[in-house]
Amino acid sequence: MPAATPFLEVADALKEYGAHDLDLCYQCSTCTGSCPWSFVEPLNIRRLIRLAQLGLPGYEGEDLWKCTTCASCQVRCPRGVAIVDLVRSTRAMIGETGLIPQSLRSALGSVKGEGNPWNGKREERNAWTESAGIPRFDPKKHEYLLSACCMPSYDKRSRRIADALWKVLQAGGVRAGVLGPEESCCGEAVRKIGDEGTFTSLGKSNAAAFEKAGVRKVIALSPHCYHTFKNEYAAFGVKVEVHHASEIMQRLIFEGKLKPHKKLDRTVTWHDPCYLGRHNDIFDAPRAVLSALPGVTFREMFRHKKQSLCCGGGGGRMWMETKRGERFSDLRLPEAMAVGASVLATGCPYCVNMFEDSRLGLEREDAIQVRDLAELVAETL
Amino acid sequence: MPYKIGVYVCHCGTNIAGMVNVEEVADFARGIPGVTLSRTYKFMCSDPGQALLQEDIRKNGLDAVVVAACSPLMHERTFRRAAQEAGLNPFLVQIANIREQCSWVTEGKGAATEKAKALVAAAVRRAREHQPLEMRRVEITPSALVVGGGIAGIQAALDLADAGVQVVLVEREPSIGGHMAMFDKTFPTLDCAACILTPKMVAAGSHPNIKLMTWSEVEEVSGFVGNFKVKIRRKAGYVDHDKCTGCGLCIEKCPYKADSEFEQGLAKRKAIYLPFAQAVPNKPIIDKNACAYLKNGKCRVCVKFCEAAAIDFTQQDRVEEVTVGTIVLATGFQAMDGRRIPELGYGRLPGVYSALEFERLNNAAGPTNGVIQTRDGRAPRSVAILHCTGSRDENHHRYCSRVCCMYALKYAHLLREKLPEARVYNFYIDMRCFGKGYEEFYKRLQEEGVRFVRGKGAQVWGGAEWKAMVPAAAVPEGLEDHQLVVVAEDSLLQQVLHVPVDMVVLTPAFEPRFDAEEVGRRFLVSRGADGFFLEQHPKLAPVSTTNEGVFIAGACQGPKDIPDTVAQGSAAASKALSLITRKEIEIEATTAHVQDELCSGCRTCIGLCPYNAITFDEARKRAAVNDALCKGCGTCVAACPSSAILARHFGDRQIFSEIEGLLSL
Repeated sequence: MPAATPFLEVADALKEYGAHDLDLCYQCSTCTGSCPWSFVEPLNIRRLIRLAQLGLPGYEGEDLWKCTTCASCQVRCPRGVAIVDLVRSTRAMIGETGLIPQSLRSALGSVKGEGNPWNGKREERNAWTESAGIPRFDPKKHEYLLSACCMPSYDKRSRRIADALWKVLQAGGVRAGVLGPEESCCGEAVRKIGDEGTFTSLGKSNAAAFEKAGVRKVIALSPHCYHTFKNEYAAFGVKVEVHHASEIMQRLIFEGKLKPHKKLDRTVTWHDPCYLGRHNDIFDAPRAVLSALPGVTFREMFRHKKQSLCCGGGGGRMWMETKRGERFSDLRLPEAMAVGASVLATGCPYCVNMFEDSRLGLEREDAIQVRDLAELVAETL
Repeated sequence: MPYKIGVYVCHCGTNIAGMVNVEEVADFARGIPGVTLSRTYKFMCSDPGQALLQEDIRKNGLDAVVVAACSPLMHERTFRRAAQEAGLNPFLVQIANIREQCSWVTEGKGAATEKAKALVAAAVRRAREHQPLEMRRVEITPSALVVGGGIAGIQAALDLADAGVQVVLVEREPSIGGHMAMFDKTFPTLDCAACILTPKMVAAGSHPNIKLMTWSEVEEVSGFVGNFKVKIRRKAGYVDHDKCTGCGLCIEKCPYKADSEFEQGLAKRKAIYLPFAQAVPNKPIIDKNACAYLKNGKCRVCVKFCEAAAIDFTQQDRVEEVTVGTIVLATGFQAMDGRRIPELGYGRLPGVYSALEFERLNNAAGPTNGVIQTRDGRAPRSVAILHCTGSRDENHHRYCSRVCCMYALKYAHLLREKLPEARVYNFYIDMRCFGKGYEEFYKRLQEEGVRFVRGKGAQVWGGAEWKAMVPAAAVPEGLEDHQLVVVAEDSLLQQVLHVPVDMVVLTPAFEPRFDAEEVGRRFLVSRGADGFFLEQHPKLAPVSTTNEGVFIAGACQGPKDIPDTVAQGSAAASKALSLITRKEIEIEATTAHVQDELCSGCRTCIGLCPYNAITFDEARKRAAVNDALCKGCGTCVAACPSSAILARHFGDRQIFSEIEGLLSL
């Protein structure tokens, strides 16, 4: 390896992009050793941070795009470094030079043009809400805005989650409506990919839509939207109360407004989505809901709560190819089966999508079912 | 009101004079009403500087002195003493801090000089309002209380007792010895811990000047330096130690068992028990939660076998009161619960051990007679020692626990010695081997073939779990279900390692005792941000506290090894002895004073006083300040709704004059 000369201007620039904690890292390796990639083809996040601290080439390399922003490292970091912010800032800085991987560029193009990353048409965004009979949000009639993520609009499997959630909300007497085609993608993945500009315009446009419609409380179907509305939209002047679907279901059951009564007779395990669990500390609500469902035997997987294994779909990885054998979701299903689960339940459309994909690769596709929490609840009504 | 005031402006070399025009300040001072002379001098704190001041007091009959120099924390005492020697009441000396609060922190000579003038004007105006005050003297009871019978407390107690001081040594557990009694060897010399500790324990137990109170806790402390009154709860142990001969027959015959605290739950002990064989006192107590007679009224086997008739089931807790002149707190530390880092598997995976468990496992007198083996009885072929378990970690404890690197080396050595075939790994962030002989010990362990991996052990999984979780390619060859896999990145290699081992040893962080807050409150000792007891000065008063007469020693002040702990035990003893040898002590004259005619008897002040110095005189329905306890903090003065409390030396007139002076320019 040739000698290198530190180029600290690069480190300074990264800090301006948001890598504030860069210098706090003391290189203990907890991050690399906690990363889900450490089970397969390791991502050396510590080394990326080290290179960035000295501004040396390599910090912007291919490895940078492997990060799913799952925060497994961040919750363990003994120096409290916001590692996800380091990754995001680095991507943002090099994103400006156009070095974003090809597969992500197509998703970004779709977001910019149509307000969703799935190459779907904006006018078709509400097709499913219309056929499900979900009303447009009206502050006089509705307490909550249901923000169902872009996925159900353009993906059949995700639509089943949204339909189930609507059924549950109706059964629980929740007054909610949806926005029209003026709603856009929350921008979570866009930001993690490094496109701050597009994230800002999405944020502003959604903020304006919330404001115009008079939204005060939001139920988010996806933890990614939940995280973004709750923790990042304040920058756009949004001051709404945000709940994840699992929290609402827990409350409805606790208050007796929702009465799950049909027996499921299945052994269920819970996969903590990164943006629900590690990023937002919601671990108990979904477990409380599962424990209230008749006929459910609950089993924890080895990796649960803060140690949950990422599905592999965050941080833009949904739009990138991962080799068979390296997919976290491929590891997760056998783990669920090893603890005796016949259903892997979760609360994120990305996770469901990743796991359904992996399920098709199993020797017996029906060895395990993948369900969103709302789908399981709906089955008991 | 003093009107012949001398002003002395110190250059402090260039510390002050480099930024403040001292001559200009002295000229300015000359023009302030009441000032009769004003001088500058290179170093006022030097002997000639003090002599200058004393000569002026004597010759010119100065009735107050203002020294414009460094912080009063540095030299107020110096100048007060100098003034007193020259016949001036020391409270007629006022310091204007023109160094820390002016020359060091002000930009621009002009601004600094102007600020110095304002500070001098304030000090002069204040000095005009000063009253002479008398320091009072109290006698010191020539005895000491030592709280905690670990190595720090034992050392302090022995040093004091050897000097002829009567010592009460209080220990919460049934025996003295503390953590050190649990260790097998000590780093880096590998002396046997028991061999060097037990003679001291026995000496403390039999010293004519030491009254040992084990199975006891301090419940209440009142009084003040020289005269602390301490209530000590002697917990019922149901054995009359005056009668007990320590023959041990009761222990042998007792049919009931409980987990041994001393053995970290790795072995059982009887319901009537000694925590360990060399316990001091070497007489048992009965665990009321394990004793069948105390629980259900059946058994009494011990009674039957005790020839000395020492078993006394009617024993109750009793409270004893002692009066002591000084107190040494040596309450030690506790180890962090490894379960707080679930990723490391402690408490879930039987192969993962805490450091104290490993100490016992390795101890010749321990649960396995010193045979290092896993819970299922296998000799480990490979062991991983993980450093920094909860230390240097924002999620747990920010500080370095200071001893873990070294005892991890010790463990590695003992493993290599006892199990020469075993592979030993140390997963570390930085090796901190700073003490005498420590770095040499590190090298010795490298020579002994221990593998050092530079990278923190991030995850520990059971072999069976691992196989269910990872792709087949990531399962190390020959991994057995009962084994463990440590995941860590070797940062030097820049590669993730999956290391199969039979045993993992954690090095849990030192923590303040669970009740440190309560104990601190009881002894009026404050705690730092880390929760450990706070010394008065980190460098210059390391065993003193802000509560005069109360000293701290050992790991209750912060993580430390045995050499440092013993040094602090001796240091605290020497400070306590120095106090006792003085026989009497001057106490604060700047105390608060209740003006009877204004006090409405509302008692607001009583609850607020942090030193418990205010009492209520029921007969007169008035609050009264105990001068010996009052530290002059002023809390009661500010809080009194009737403005009935005066703070001596900090009265309204004195403070307002100072403010007027500040604003007079």
